[in-house]
Amino acid sequence: MIDFVNQYLIPALVLGGIYALGAIGVSMIYAILRFAHFAHGDLMATGAYIGLLVVWVLDATPLAELSVNVRLLIGLPAAFAGTAAVAILIDRLFYRPFRRARSMIVVVIASFGVALMLRSLVQLFFGVDVINYADGIQFPLKMFQPLRILERHIYIVVVTIALMLILHWFLTRTRTGKAMRAMSDDADLARVSGIDTERVVIWTWILGAGLVAVAGVFLGMDTRLVPTMGWDLLLPVFAAAILGGLGQPYGAIAGGLIIGAMEELSTYPWVGDGPLVPPDYKTAVAFAVMVLMLIFRPRGIFRGRVL
Amino acid sequence: MGSDLLRANGMTGGYGGADILKGVDLAVEAGEIVAIIGPNGAGKSTAMKAVFGLVRLREGEIRFRGEDIGACQPDELVRKGMAYVPQERSIFPSLTVHENLEMGAFIRRDDFSHVIDLVYNLFPPLKDKRRQQAGELSGGQRQMVAFGRALMTEPALLLLDEPTAGLSPVYMREIFERVIAVNETGVGILMVEQNARQALKIAHRGYVLATGENIFTDSGDALLANPEVAESFLGGHGNQADRGGTHA
Amino acid sequence: MELYGLFLFAVGFLTMAMIYAVGSLGVNINWGFTGLFNVGVAGFFAVGAYSSAVLTAPESVNHIGGFGLPVPVGILAAMVLAALVAWPIGRICLRLRSDYLAIATIGIAEILRLSFRNYQPLGGGPFGVNNIPRPFESLPGPWDQIAFLLLVVAIVGVILFLVQRAWAAPWGRVLRAIRENEDAAEAAGKNVEKFRLQAFILGSALMGLFGALMAHYVKIISPEGTEPLLVTFLPWVMLIVGGAGNNKGAVLGAILVWGLWTMTELLTGRLPDEWALRVGYLRIFLIGLLLQVVLQKFPGGLLPERPPTVPRD
Repeated sequence: MIDFVNQYLIPALVLGGIYALGAIGVSMIYAILRFAHFAHGDLMATGAYIGLLVVWVLDATPLAELSVNVRLLIGLPAAFAGTAAVAILIDRLFYRPFRRARSMIVVVIASFGVALMLRSLVQLFFGVDVINYADGIQFPLKMFQPLRILERHIYIVVVTIALMLILHWFLTRTRTGKAMRAMSDDADLARVSGIDTERVVIWTWILGAGLVAVAGVFLGMDTRLVPTMGWDLLLPVFAAAILGGLGQPYGAIAGGLIIGAMEELSTYPWVGDGPLVPPDYKTAVAFAVMVLMLIFRPRGIFRGRVL
Repeated sequence: MGSDLLRANGMTGGYGGADILKGVDLAVEAGEIVAIIGPNGAGKSTAMKAVFGLVRLREGEIRFRGEDIGACQPDELVRKGMAYVPQERSIFPSLTVHENLEMGAFIRRDDFSHVIDLVYNLFPPLKDKRRQQAGELSGGQRQMVAFGRALMTEPALLLLDEPTAGLSPVYMREIFERVIAVNETGVGILMVEQNARQALKIAHRGYVLATGENIFTDSGDALLANPEVAESFLGGHGNQADRGGTHA
Repeated sequence: MELYGLFLFAVGFLTMAMIYAVGSLGVNINWGFTGLFNVGVAGFFAVGAYSSAVLTAPESVNHIGGFGLPVPVGILAAMVLAALVAWPIGRICLRLRSDYLAIATIGIAEILRLSFRNYQPLGGGPFGVNNIPRPFESLPGPWDQIAFLLLVVAIVGVILFLVQRAWAAPWGRVLRAIRENEDAAEAAGKNVEKFRLQAFILGSALMGLFGALMAHYVKIISPEGTEPLLVTFLPWVMLIVGGAGNNKGAVLGAILVWGLWTMTELLTGRLPDEWALRVGYLRIFLIGLLLQVVLQKFPGGLLPERPPTVPRD
């Protein structure tokens, strides 16, 4: 039982949190800007590599004494802000010209181009090889015996929960957050009500890109960095957003946790000795969930929007 | 009556294709209720959208409080004292009633709690439901939220696009009563209505549009009394009068 | 010698461009004709490439077969299998609108690629399928290359002819009608779903052919060869640059974009190795940028579709 918790449940929670942080942005961007943002995975990679830069920079300071995980936590604001800035710039250059277009599908095509442009820049600056934030093996903390929790998993779960609480506060208590929800309900009505919709758009990018950047750093912390990490995450993140109902940030969180849990738990030997689903095919689980959702409940469990 | 609040002359234009408006004139004086009626496809809603900067005009001039607003975007017009309630989907369904009102006041940086109180006084049912999601309310109550949201900027001119569309007669009467009540606080009102007879009854003045042109312009009572208007645009007499003419 | 090298280079260049044109034409039937946002080209490419490869390659311990069958059999089977894979996907996904279809087709493609990579019997896993026969390879000197090029040109010519006919025929008109206004097409009594499914399957079969031709040309197919960047994104950019909806545009786009791709490779080839590899990624950036410029400045592409259209949904 305790092995189940250590080897499946905790990783499921971690992966679910990472997916959730990505799915929030996909969901909000879809509702507010009315397009599926296929460069979202590569924004995640951008955040992860900004985190790597921070680790390198801090190596040259007295803070190099700190563990890599702690240095990454210090780097989170930089990854958040840097990726948000990149996203706002991308929006200006490549998405905004189509804002009033009748059909948003052209923006989806543009976002595919952006995804590859971002990836190629990562490859240009960091090469194509797998990079780890830190070398060597990390040992689990002993303080929660018989639970064996990795230090980094504690950081990931705590920071993810904190960010979600902040998000909730932002969306329900601030003027801009409420305007964001209003615009996600009905962008035209928001405009005729006098809401500054371009400002809401900027905040959407700040939140969406910032959160997915944090997810990228966490994914890098938990696994490794590789330029295609964003593309690989695109599918589960979209599955999570669709599962939660597009335009529903809380739905996206739930969707992320469910998809993450299903992917991890699908490899548990539920029947017989071998894993139920071979780990190589984990991605297929997210996809299967998504296809079933699209067929039977395209609006997601929380009644989001459909095109 | 007082000075011009809104004066639009020779509005001509549409959505890029053929012109829907062919030289429409409209005016609202301070404190007036003005109704625009006419058959489907007459350009009533388009004329209202043109006033609110949602339709680009090829020709014509629109002045609001004497100022040329032809090139203004909707959010600028809200700042200048205009407010608009679109025909459909005029609330934010996932926001609470209270948040809907706050969004109406988005441009305000001052304390607007007194306006919220005013709206709750005007629409008492909303006060009890202020923590509920607006999407859960009944059709009539949603319309009250839409109304209230538009009043949050304390506009001088309120544009209502078919405020009673799809409402039961009971709610229709209720909404028209509120229109009068809002007007009595000094707000000028320009409304497009399918329920032409009822609209003209509460309107100081009315415009009859057909095929994108002004056909009749007169006081509400005079239009009601005009046999030609009654015949062509009010569906004759009797019970179906509520529907407004569609066979012009 | 110099001139001869240049000639061979030109032949190789045109062969690749024409193979890509097949993929670009497939995307055109999906997107250009019908407005189906299929970004799972890599999946159908992989099905076509692997099936033709396994059927025609000599026997190997790495995977089932190969069966050493004649190349035309392999190519035909590639198209049929790609179509067969497309059929259930189409049945499920075509009811969904653009963005959803996009994510669904990406997913299908990823899972197909995942299977080819991880399930060795299917296509040799990481080793791929080797020694795939290339038609005319027994001919001497440059003639093997030239003959293969002529074969590919002929295939593109035949496809172009047939697709152009279909486009002008009532079938094409119905597709256009569906693309412009689905409800109106439905109201006019057209079985919208059936037509969309036909277009989806036909386009996917061409993507399978695209994969098969590539496999026979480069004589090896491995998971790296089905990288979405190369086999999904490039055909898409080619179509957008050439002009979505225009078959000749799809071919022209293939030549131009493949030209840009090859030229940048020549340029970076002159850099020191360490840099060449990295700067090589800049050309992906350039292709991405080209796409953005075309989308914003030439929304119809270089050869815009002929009949007057409104932006598609």
